[in-house]
Amino acid sequence: MSLSRKTAVAGVFEHPTRFAPDKSLFQIMAESVRGALDDAGLTIRDVNGLCATGIGMSGMGIVGFCDYLNLMPNFVDSTSIGGSSFVAHTAHAAAAIHAGLCDVCVVVYGSTAASSRFAIGTGGGGGGSGDPCDQYEIPFGPTTVGSYAMVAQRHMHDYGTTSEQLAEIAVTMRLHASMNPAAKYRDQITVEDVLASRIISSPLHLLDCCIISDGGGALVITSAERARDLKKKPVYILGTGETVRHAARGQRDFLEIAAAQSGRLAFERAGVAHKDIDMAMIYDSFTITVLSTLENLGFCKRGEGGAFVSGGRLRFDGEFPINTDGGGLSSNHPGMRGIFLVIEATKQLRGECGPRQVRDCKIALAHGTGGTLGTRHSGATLILSNQ
Amino acid sequence: MAEQTQAKKYSKPLPHIDEENRPWWEAIQRHELYVQKCRKCGDVRYYPRALCTNCMSSDTQWIKCSGRGKVYTFTTTYQNQAPGFRESIPYIMAYVELDEGVKMLTNLVDCAPEQAKIGMPVEVVYEEVTPAVTLAKFRPAR
Repeated sequence: MSLSRKTAVAGVFEHPTRFAPDKSLFQIMAESVRGALDDAGLTIRDVNGLCATGIGMSGMGIVGFCDYLNLMPNFVDSTSIGGSSFVAHTAHAAAAIHAGLCDVCVVVYGSTAASSRFAIGTGGGGGGSGDPCDQYEIPFGPTTVGSYAMVAQRHMHDYGTTSEQLAEIAVTMRLHASMNPAAKYRDQITVEDVLASRIISSPLHLLDCCIISDGGGALVITSAERARDLKKKPVYILGTGETVRHAARGQRDFLEIAAAQSGRLAFERAGVAHKDIDMAMIYDSFTITVLSTLENLGFCKRGEGGAFVSGGRLRFDGEFPINTDGGGLSSNHPGMRGIFLVIEATKQLRGECGPRQVRDCKIALAHGTGGTLGTRHSGATLILSNQ
Repeated sequence: MAEQTQAKKYSKPLPHIDEENRPWWEAIQRHELYVQKCRKCGDVRYYPRALCTNCMSSDTQWIKCSGRGKVYTFTTTYQNQAPGFRESIPYIMAYVELDEGVKMLTNLVDCAPEQAKIGMPVEVVYEEVTPAVTLAKFRPAR
């Protein structure tokens, strides 16, 4: 049973806020839902499915959010696999709609990470989750950035990847942010700027790391048939994939990440090839996340990521445009940013991106990475098309 | 050194020791490092757990490690806002690939950041951080 083109993204909304000490978490989420429903031409009365999770919510937070919105949906999903969750939620919503469990499903995320002063990447070493696996890690000072840094260190060792090559990713994201009025950091930077920024966890510099902002966003997912009658041109869901990677009982290859499996599944299910992808939204928690993801999704061979990201290839007007909104490295990263990957990919496929619009964009890929790349993490891939 | 650490009150997070992992932590206190091997299929695993991830057998053999290995990857941390680590930066975190074939997260000690290299031979050192907890850390092999 193929899901391809049976469902569509009918509405999207990225909350314009980047710092909102005056708003509650649920307010940001609810305003995002309102925005996405307006975009689709639907109302809250049409919604009978909800997907939500977040760093600011409790484990049962989705029920609390239904209370806030006085919503009594037929389908709920609160899968919590880190920043990629919302890419996975999109897939789950599509499957639920296709199976008849609901008709209109909203995927929503919000966070006040910046105004609540969460030290997301460098606050590690606390109590951990309490899971058995954490007991062998928390005594040694693990941080989110440190876990990604250890993947970068190994990549550099095995393949001669350089800090300059990683920096090119940050420079390109900032160029894109300079064309996005909502982006938090819009002044362009150079490779030298990245290399001159302080080391947070070697070999990663400050400017290799995503920013911390407030923010939120929402998606409206419905059947392809219904989407065709709505306000905006439908963006069809062609294929999805998700999985996790971890320490593998102490026998993991650190350069193989979840994207290898989730990407293969998404391509197989979508029935498209790598050369068909016109632009991609690649979760950029850190520069190494992008390089490693591109290799594991199969856009270049293992070890060739450094060369692949160089020479402007990833620019909006380059050979393989990614993260045209400026990404988590420059636009916004409110704790998790999977939802923004789907939002920007949808806007690109609709041709709504103004100066940063990718020409002739028909098929886009969004890949979310959640958790910590050097150990337990998730990957969720989504392939979308306007045709 | 251990007494000094205790005198200053150890503020880094400590592992939760339960019935499943107690033998492993008690061995560390005796300055012995173990990994597990499945008696049924021979699969070696770390961290310790009640059953084999390959065949799900509970028939487990504890293998005493040589305490030697090589650095698989590492990072020197210059920013960590968590109590205990905030005061310890920079510190080196590493995955050491033990001679027994599994990778374990640890700290490299007695090692300057510029000295740390992937592939570097290392050996275990035991650091008694509280009366109940000793940690296995690694230093450049001598």
